[in-house]
Amino acid sequence: MSMAATSIPQPVIPQGAERENYLNKEYGVWSWLLTTDHKRIALLYLISITFFFFIGGFFALLIRLELLTPAGDLVQADTYNKIFTMHGMVMIFFFLIPSIPAVLGNFLVPLMIGAKDLAFPRINLLSWYLYIIGGVIMLHCMLTGGVDTGWTFYAPFSTSFTNTKIVEAGIAIFIAGFSSILTGLNFVVTIHRMRAPGMTWSRLPLFIWAHYATSIIQLLGTPVVAVTIVLVAAERALHLGIFDPKLGGDPVLFQHLFWFYSHPAVYIMILPSMGVVTEIIACFSRKRIFGYHFVAFSSIAIAVFGFLVWAHHMFVAGISVYSALVFSFLSYAVALPSAIKVFNWTATLYKGSISYDAPMLYAFGFLGLFTIGGLTGLFLAALGINVHVTDTYFVVAHFHYIMVGGAVMGYLGGMHFWWPKISGRLYPEGWARLAALIVFIGFNLTFFPQFILGYMGMPRRYYDYSHMPEFQVLNVLSTAGATILGVGYLLPMVYFLWSMRYGKPASDNPWNAAGLEWKTASPPPTFNFDEEPIVTWEAYNYEELDAPHEEEVPVAR
Amino acid sequence: MQDNANSLTAVHDHHGEAHAAHNPALLHHFAEPQQQRDAASLGMWVFLGTEVMFFGGLFCAYLVYRQWYFGDFGAASKSIDATLGATNTGVLICSSLTVVLAVWAAQTARRNLLISMLAITMLLGLVFLGIKAVEYKEKFEEHHVPGASFSFENVPIPGHPGQFANPRHAQMFFSLYFVMTGLHALHMIIGLGIFLWLFIMAWKGRFTPEWHTPVEIGGLYWHFVDIVWIYLFPLLYLIDRHP
Amino acid sequence: MYFGIWVTLLVCTYLTYKLAFIELGRFNAAVALGIATFKATLVALFFMHVWHASEKLTKLVVIAALFFLLLLLGLTMSDYATRLWS
Repeated sequence: MSMAATSIPQPVIPQGAERENYLNKEYGVWSWLLTTDHKRIALLYLISITFFFFIGGFFALLIRLELLTPAGDLVQADTYNKIFTMHGMVMIFFFLIPSIPAVLGNFLVPLMIGAKDLAFPRINLLSWYLYIIGGVIMLHCMLTGGVDTGWTFYAPFSTSFTNTKIVEAGIAIFIAGFSSILTGLNFVVTIHRMRAPGMTWSRLPLFIWAHYATSIIQLLGTPVVAVTIVLVAAERALHLGIFDPKLGGDPVLFQHLFWFYSHPAVYIMILPSMGVVTEIIACFSRKRIFGYHFVAFSSIAIAVFGFLVWAHHMFVAGISVYSALVFSFLSYAVALPSAIKVFNWTATLYKGSISYDAPMLYAFGFLGLFTIGGLTGLFLAALGINVHVTDTYFVVAHFHYIMVGGAVMGYLGGMHFWWPKISGRLYPEGWARLAALIVFIGFNLTFFPQFILGYMGMPRRYYDYSHMPEFQVLNVLSTAGATILGVGYLLPMVYFLWSMRYGKPASDNPWNAAGLEWKTASPPPTFNFDEEPIVTWEAYNYEELDAPHEEEVPVAR
Repeated sequence: MQDNANSLTAVHDHHGEAHAAHNPALLHHFAEPQQQRDAASLGMWVFLGTEVMFFGGLFCAYLVYRQWYFGDFGAASKSIDATLGATNTGVLICSSLTVVLAVWAAQTARRNLLISMLAITMLLGLVFLGIKAVEYKEKFEEHHVPGASFSFENVPIPGHPGQFANPRHAQMFFSLYFVMTGLHALHMIIGLGIFLWLFIMAWKGRFTPEWHTPVEIGGLYWHFVDIVWIYLFPLLYLIDRHP
Repeated sequence: MYFGIWVTLLVCTYLTYKLAFIELGRFNAAVALGIATFKATLVALFFMHVWHASEKLTKLVVIAALFFLLLLLGLTMSDYATRLWS
């Protein structure tokens, strides 16, 4: 497994029948559907978001199939509009935004801070039900015609001209947004109030800092898009026009309100991933993260700065040029905290004792791809370049590098890193490394050509590019990459499921990692710890963990 | 680091004891009542923070259009009844008083005062909604409800004799008026539901000086709804009232 | 003490109402919003007990929410206010 030159605690096989843990404590559908155990809720989320990931992925496949040929020959134009809209809405609202916080965050936040559960376990369950209700409404909306406005549902098309089911989709997203707000609320209160004795703010894992910052964004941003959806629905259903130009309304106001949330939303999607990557890099370099406080405060800085830049999505929408200048400048500023993180991760790797297990492969992938995505964001922040590449595939490639190359890689890395803790089983390392490689190759093949396409002028959201048939080669490469990427995503699903039955049982701490979650059994008991932990050590105490032990290896509890 | 073999069965005994020793209202994942109280309070404050942003979006839209169409908004604002609006403001302020007295009553074990204050709060809330209903009806009758039957012809702009308000922009005012006061009223209705539940709990004697957290956090919510109205009143009713 | 705050709030409401009918030009809005802010502050500090809050965290939450609200209003208005500059 790992090549670290340290002693790893021997896997402890439970004595007698399997020890009681949160998975086998109770059986039966209702013990899951009415659970208030944050770990079970995390698994409920895992199943649901995986389901929506495949739905969003299915739409992606249709997009790539259509774009194999310049002519619009697979579907009609209106249908294509619906396909990319549903791809965006499902992936953003029902996969990316919940993903890490709702699965890994829910599972790990109480464990990492030494608590028995989140502050509001019933609200946590409500959060999941709201997500499911929103998801079901969205599914119904898709099956009965869908929406064709793009996930950004700009007025006045969405309010006055389209015939598709905006109100229904709006309701679905509104409800899912409430789920997001409640998760953020739970995390903030938990992190403030439920830390174990000795767990000071400076001893918190950076995963927690990242989720704290994410929660701030969820709490402050989501309500604004929620009320925007209310306004759009009111305009459509009750004819109360706020964005209606016929009444002197300003469609750009819609964009201001929409992007006030939707830009910080992208930080909701990336911050937790950065938290995961921090944990992984520290563990697989066997080193404390370089510049702990810088990384912690950069998470908060990203959350705050992220609210200052939204109009960079509106440079060509008709906002004032002076305003655009300000937002352009601020958009450069928001890159700084992210860059600080990249420097700190790199500095952590320097002279670290690096091993290349699957989680670390995903973390490396993240480092490179997030950097490319982030740097191309700076290109877009420059007004001159922005005007040239707005609404082209350059933008599409940029955000997919961050959201897929960044956020999804982090999610997969985190799933692999904490899988032994969650399931009590080890996944097959060989297959996992292969899958990571396939994902990396597939991803780059899919999206790098899109940078070139966009720069050359291929517009986004077009189903037909027969006016520029020379784009076909790159599009074919992109579609080929997407297929490979799909295989890379399917593999973990298969072997994770396989491992639940046939995987080797995991010890408490198979990675010999730092963090309170590794000091309890894999899988943990329902109330997380047998005794309330009292923290007397700093975070990422890898030197201590790797020092030769004199006392006995910790016995499983 | 703790290291306790064989403590799994001990966990359950420990929990059982903990339940017996503590206030039955203490939830098991909290170490002590103060922590639970602090968590509930912080939770409500954070939620109110989200509500600030929720209404904030509407205030943003309002700000943009008021600035653009000041004259037309003034004319439209003049057509809603400021006296009723001021009365409603007074009603809510009184209800905030009764709420804060209810919390004090819960803290000092005055069950009858608590119940009566909760009841009066609900009553005042109903008065508020009643007055709002009267106002809405008035608007409906005057054809000021946005939509197909909206009409706002020949209404002079305050301070600009001879100029008439643009009906389209006036309709914008009324769209915002109905969405903002409607959303506020929805929050009032939810507040009434919360206070009804508090009333029933208080009637059953469930609140003690040691534990009356729902009253406190319900009160916070009610005060917030009051504060929103404190801003809505001048912004909607008093735009340009000078004769 | 609660009664004192209550009376103050009612007086301020009356004041706002009356002042609205007096021609103050640009200051009508400022005065109205100023009084409203004063009232809201009283409710928050004394009815919602922020003044006596044992922890700074409560005050931080309030300030943070207001800060982001002002950000939304301010930066949005920066677009509208400067559109006609060129």
